[in-house]
Amino acid sequence: MSLRTGTFRESYAQDMAIFRTRLHWGMLFAFLILLFTCPLYFSDRILTILTIIGITVISVHGLNILTGYCGQISIGHAGFMAVGGYTSAILSAKLGWPFWATLPSAALAAGMAGLIFGLPSLKIKGFYLIMATIAAQFIIIWLILQLYGLTGGTDGLAAPRYKIAGLALKSKSSYFYLVMIITCLATFAAKNIVRTRAGRAFIAIRDNELAAEVMGINLWTYKLLAFFIGCAFAGVAGALLVHYYTFACIDHFIFMNSVWYLGMLIVGGMGSTAGAIFGAVSLKLLDEVVTIVGPILSAAVAPQAAASLGLIMRGLVIIVFLIFEPRGLAHRWEIIKAYFRLWPFSYQE
Amino acid sequence: MTFFLQLVITGFSLGMVYALIAIGFVIILKCSNVFNIAQGHFVMIGGYLGFTFLVPFGLPIWASLLLAILAAIIMGLLIERLTLRPLVGQSLHAVIMMTIALATVFEGLATLIWGSEYKAYHGVLPTVTLNLGELSIPPETLIGLIVSVAAVAILMLFFRYTKIGLAMRATAEDEQVVQSLGIRATTVYAVSWVIACVVGVIGGILLGGVSGVMIPLADVGIKAFAVVLLGGLNSIGGAIVAGIILGVSENIAAGYLDPLLRGGGLANVFPFIVMIIVLIFRPYGLFGLVGIERI
Repeated sequence: MSLRTGTFRESYAQDMAIFRTRLHWGMLFAFLILLFTCPLYFSDRILTILTIIGITVISVHGLNILTGYCGQISIGHAGFMAVGGYTSAILSAKLGWPFWATLPSAALAAGMAGLIFGLPSLKIKGFYLIMATIAAQFIIIWLILQLYGLTGGTDGLAAPRYKIAGLALKSKSSYFYLVMIITCLATFAAKNIVRTRAGRAFIAIRDNELAAEVMGINLWTYKLLAFFIGCAFAGVAGALLVHYYTFACIDHFIFMNSVWYLGMLIVGGMGSTAGAIFGAVSLKLLDEVVTIVGPILSAAVAPQAAASLGLIMRGLVIIVFLIFEPRGLAHRWEIIKAYFRLWPFSYQE
Repeated sequence: MTFFLQLVITGFSLGMVYALIAIGFVIILKCSNVFNIAQGHFVMIGGYLGFTFLVPFGLPIWASLLLAILAAIIMGLLIERLTLRPLVGQSLHAVIMMTIALATVFEGLATLIWGSEYKAYHGVLPTVTLNLGELSIPPETLIGLIVSVAAVAILMLFFRYTKIGLAMRATAEDEQVVQSLGIRATTVYAVSWVIACVVGVIGGILLGGVSGVMIPLADVGIKAFAVVLLGGLNSIGGAIVAGIILGVSENIAAGYLDPLLRGGGLANVFPFIVMIIVLIFRPYGLFGLVGIERI
């Protein structure tokens, strides 16, 4: 990573820092202040979109650790979100557990489900692993439907809004604050997990599994750890989603969502924490455009146009990015930053 | 006992259709190393094409089949040229995501063109019911059996005796050697996609004749994946054997266990359970080659 002319790294701590200059810190605080004052200037409609984007970012961070950093591609992410969501809903609705107990339990339950379905990953990779995770998605949803007494099956399950210190988070803005705080913590965790020993092991496994094993990385431990961490993020996101809708049902966790989370990772850029955020934000905004344009198109062309527009657009976005920008928006962002770093004396490498 | 045999026979015919769809998948995989998630969507498109030619156009079955095959050939060529060729040399993840994206686009296009209602064309196919003692074989099952056996036989002959068929087998063996012998790899890729589309569309017309056409027909692709995993990724013979095993066992399991479970639907998850078991205990399937890796 190149720096602006005249900026030097003089110690190891400086070299490892994420935020290096005063400008970086200033921009971070400005962004956080802007983010947490959003409820002051935006309507409930926009706050809803932002809340959903925050939840999606948490989920995509998990997928990024699992797929982008550890190379274990997963198309069952929505299934693991369902595990977290239902765990939280059952614990809070049936047993009356408080927020600070249900959210970690949701993460733990989803992580455990990830461990179970990650077991085959020790023997298989590539296409085989994709099939195993697709199977995970369908088996989880089927189990939820079968455990009728516990989950409510197709009828769904009411999940009350969280209560913190006796206050129920009823309004849009209070829930927005909760989600954004957890999103910021999750982003901080995701960025730092991949800088630890475990994170470096993940990258080694992604780049060459055999070489990593020869170097002394225990594949069994680290692959399962990646599955556990990735799915625990999904569990937290699932729990937040379910309590946001105050209702747990399998329609929130369909197979298409799993595919779309992977699509967000591709559009944003695999193996980059910033990429996960770029992908989640840009594609969720695109979804919003579809929900606005869809009904207009339906009225003009055919009643089913709204449903098909979403599918066709999602597919085309992934196709276009795979062909023209396979390294995602994060890569494009780096190029833009490099251009302005030496502006106006930039040069193309 | 009659119930059991009935289940076996319908399962067998279903299994042949699964095998046919799985063969399309195996051919693309062997020739160009692409895992085609969209195989089930070719089947769905095939079902809708069959419906379109048979019901609104009112064509006879042979003409519909020929027209659908023609459409499948064009579809295969377009898919290969426009979406997969730019990705030659890219990572496995990119290629798989491309086929998933293709599947999504197909689903959207099918919804746009044909709507999301159920389309049936049971009565259009000729009605011959074969009676063997107490067993009766419904006409759709019989036609499915005959057409899929014929298609498999034609494919076998194609790979054994035609020049392009031999080139495709050679490409599956070693791509670089084949290119050095003057065979164009891109032609082989294109032909493999065309064959996959054609067998998918034939399978779709057969399945559509049995159970009607709807968007979820594409889920049959997932059953084809289970077949492929069970049979071994690079074995056409394995796909046929595994297709029959899966078709029969799924039918028997659903026939006996569904009344015991709330809501039933075991037939839909059954392939996944088979898949996970195969992946854990024998990841290379019944007839697949065991891969050896070097750094």
